[in-house]
Amino acid sequence: MSLPLVVLLPFLGAIAAPLFAQGGRTAIAIASSVPALIALAALFPHWQTLADGGVVLHSFEWLPALGISLSFRLDGLSLLFALLILIIGLLIILYARYYLKAKENVGKFYALLLCFKGSMLGIVLSSNLLLMMIFWELTSLTSFLLISFWTHKQDARRGARMALAVTGGGGLALLAGILLIGNIVGSFELDDVLAAGDLIKAHSLYPVALTLVLLGAFTKSAQFPFHFWLPHAMQAPTPVSAYLHSATMVKAGVFLMARLYPALAGTEQWFYMVSFTGMATLLLGAYTAMFKHDLKGLLAHSTVSHLGLITLLFGMGTKLAAVAAVFHVINHATFKASLFMAAGIIDHETGTRDMRRINGLWRYMPHTATLAMVAASSMAGVPLLNGFLSKEMFFAESLELNLPGLLAWLPPVIATLAGIFAVAYSARFIHDVFFNGKPVDLPIYPPHEPPRYMKIPVEILAFACIMVGIFPAVSVGPLLYAAASATLGGDVPEYHLTIAHGFNLPLLMSFVAFFGGLLMYSQRQRFFDFHARFKEIDEKAVFEAVVSRVVAKAQALTAWIENGSLQRYALWLVISVVAVSFVPLANLGIFVGENGLSPVDWPTGLAAAVLGICALATAAFHRDRFYALILLSVVGLVVALAFARFSAPDLAMTQLSVEVVTIVLLMLALYYMPSWTPIETTTPRRVRDVVIALIAGGGMTLVTLAMLTQPFTSISDFFLANSKPGGGGTNVVNVILVDFRGFDTLGEITVLAIAALGIYAMLKNTALTPPPGDGQGHAWSRDGHPLMLKLIARPMLPLALMVSVYIFLRGHNLPGGGFIAGLITSVALILQYIASGMIWTQDRVRFKYHNVIGLGLLFAVIAGAGSLAFNYPFLTSTFGYITWPVVGKFEVASAMIFDLGVYLTVIGATLLALVSIGRLSPHSAIKSKKEGA
Amino acid sequence: MELLFALTIGVLTSSGVYLLLRARTFPVVVGLTLLSYAVNLFLFSTGRLATGGQPIIGSTASYSDPLPQALVLTAIVIGFAMTAFVVVLSLRNLADNDDDHVDGHQGEDNETQLTREKEVTGK
Repeated sequence: MSLPLVVLLPFLGAIAAPLFAQGGRTAIAIASSVPALIALAALFPHWQTLADGGVVLHSFEWLPALGISLSFRLDGLSLLFALLILIIGLLIILYARYYLKAKENVGKFYALLLCFKGSMLGIVLSSNLLLMMIFWELTSLTSFLLISFWTHKQDARRGARMALAVTGGGGLALLAGILLIGNIVGSFELDDVLAAGDLIKAHSLYPVALTLVLLGAFTKSAQFPFHFWLPHAMQAPTPVSAYLHSATMVKAGVFLMARLYPALAGTEQWFYMVSFTGMATLLLGAYTAMFKHDLKGLLAHSTVSHLGLITLLFGMGTKLAAVAAVFHVINHATFKASLFMAAGIIDHETGTRDMRRINGLWRYMPHTATLAMVAASSMAGVPLLNGFLSKEMFFAESLELNLPGLLAWLPPVIATLAGIFAVAYSARFIHDVFFNGKPVDLPIYPPHEPPRYMKIPVEILAFACIMVGIFPAVSVGPLLYAAASATLGGDVPEYHLTIAHGFNLPLLMSFVAFFGGLLMYSQRQRFFDFHARFKEIDEKAVFEAVVSRVVAKAQALTAWIENGSLQRYALWLVISVVAVSFVPLANLGIFVGENGLSPVDWPTGLAAAVLGICALATAAFHRDRFYALILLSVVGLVVALAFARFSAPDLAMTQLSVEVVTIVLLMLALYYMPSWTPIETTTPRRVRDVVIALIAGGGMTLVTLAMLTQPFTSISDFFLANSKPGGGGTNVVNVILVDFRGFDTLGEITVLAIAALGIYAMLKNTALTPPPGDGQGHAWSRDGHPLMLKLIARPMLPLALMVSVYIFLRGHNLPGGGFIAGLITSVALILQYIASGMIWTQDRVRFKYHNVIGLGLLFAVIAGAGSLAFNYPFLTSTFGYITWPVVGKFEVASAMIFDLGVYLTVIGATLLALVSIGRLSPHSAIKSKKEGA
Repeated sequence: MELLFALTIGVLTSSGVYLLLRARTFPVVVGLTLLSYAVNLFLFSTGRLATGGQPIIGSTASYSDPLPQALVLTAIVIGFAMTAFVVVLSLRNLADNDDDHVDGHQGEDNETQLTREKEVTGK
């Protein structure tokens, strides 16, 4: 249980910490420390297992179908990283307490910091690669938010965006790589992947997977050519720079290489890609660091360089190099975090980070200066400090590389050269800042020592540098062994952690680097002049230019595709449907299936001919809208006949009543619209549309024919068998609607209700004046409500209502039911509107259609929820028989209440839609107002 | 019979698609209605064409497939709701733009196009 807890705790802390922000910075700092302290206590009991080379696994199922599990794994390597994250995290919390000003949003800062801590712990403790990927992305996001913590600074926002773009892009590549690995191995669990190293390396997709994974690692760990984001991330508050951008997050890429070392390393491709990237980064970072006047800029480039060093060590592929890499991870984290904190203190106390102005601080803050000098010496690789030990191992390994011919000289030369630069920039950090004359024009003068507790984290880390430097075997020996053993899969080579190996070639390289570096620093002005001859590329400007160009291109593309023409969208939609369905349908290869064709009887043939001719005529004569509408109604009626002909009486009745309502609706709309469609498209375009239409229609014909002549099996036997015994009705279609598939029907009447309310809302405050005539010079008839129609319509209403009640009641057993009955009632009411007018009818309809819809939905839901009261699932129906006087024995099913809901919703929705359109005319609105008053 | 049925659906689809591609709202609505007839008939026919086999228990010896029928029944009603919604949308378009072109504006000239692009890019 303890591992998921370790990951979860910081997230819980992130929720809780801001609550302490009111209590001041000390309160929130103490609150934020709690998760890390508990986590450390939770990890402690596992130490013995890990020291013996064991692994702790805690696993929970999450999405087994996708291979994602909540599994966490602790071994030496993840313990090392977890300790770095937790312990340096604690120091950062303490440091940030004094670094942040009281008026700043400390709640947000600590919450984000804790979120980051949890994500980072998630990366190192995840056993499932996809789970790790989630945490990986979370660190990118929290890093983005922390870099842009000072949101008012443009540089901070831009730096944050750049960091997110680079690491996020790398994250995508990594995800693809992980998916490939998971595909090759058949599992995303780390144990399986690590065990399947040979399988992965032999696979044909190995180069692709490796490249993608390395892209993720290189972007995260700021390797050349993706290194540029890291210096710009230094716009973050210094605790963030120290924690995320030197000690932990940028090490995630390195961690990934260490983690997957047994699975991916040991091939030529790994060697060349990783080691040469590392070499380039090592040298470039060290060189650039020398010329930065910004204190944090120097440290940032130095971090890039050291990350390159670690990468190079992993790339070398020898076991000792991997040990050295893990060792340098520890050492770099300690000295670089303390240097960043020292830089933050100097910034805090002087108000600037420009090394041309900060000089001679030794006089003002000797304590801080001492600490910074210890850490900087470690960075330079001065003996008796931890940086020296891992650098010595690095020099030794650079000599062991078996590159062909003259290339063999390359690694040691680059290593020494980078060493020289490292000594030079470390010397600059010490000499330029703490000595070298007097301060120049400091914003805060005179500077003095920071608050006592702000120095404690630096002291602890500087002490660690010395302890590891002098007593390496005692201080980090066991932890390093456990971590190296986990990295190498248990196969640790012989190595000796001592401060002196006697005089050998690596020591000579160290001497060369040391004195060369001091010499270079003393001659720095020449190098500065040399460097000034080159134009410096501002990566941020380049990046912003690239981004804005991409955005402009994307906008142009969007504007080209989405030009606002619905007509064109419709065209593309139809064309894509045709294009997409063409290939699978062409491969189907069936025209007439096994069942063959059945004979045609002449009435059916005649009806089909009528339907086809009317449909074509609708399209052909669509310019005259009124004729088109009449032709359309014929089509609809024949469709109803078709349903009746092919054994679907319910459908025929529904289609018939819907047809009436639809035509009334369209007539009503036509009243407001021009009755004639002008010719707008050119003949070629119309020919094109005809061709597309014919292709679409032809495709539908072939598909339908192929389907109709195929034998098939249906699940309907169940419905046919259970309709009567289970649902209590003999009309299977109705029983399916209100019982078997009642939930679907509930959804459908809800859609109906929403559509009607949408119509109401859309037309609520809209007025449309109908054209004065029919567009062909004829005025409208003056007799709006003919007497004959009125007289016939009124007695029709009770009759129609009676029919609809009859249709409703018999629906369970014979064709009918709520849908059809509702439509019949609607038609009857609409007839009154048409015959007697809006106002006359509205005065007599004493209820609002909204309420009818609401009531209908309520009935349907109550009918469904009723079964819950009897401990049955939602919408379980029951039925019984009662004896009514006169009528006799009668069946009552609870589904009838549901059907009543359907009935009411259909009436409400249909009438609300039509009445809303009818009200559009300002004419009727004025009148009804007058009558209302 | 199957060929006839398939041809009918094809004719409905062709007419519907042609009208769907027109520039004015009313033909488009009519086209959508024709298309929904075609789709309803197609869905209905997935249960195959049966004569005299209405799925009322006890009324015949063999029954046609009731499931597509139930599906199409709600599809017809929802299709009506959709038609009504589209009709109202076109009415609202007519009221707001004083025009029944589907793009909300008639064959725009260069000037209006330029102002629209400016609105999009915000320059």
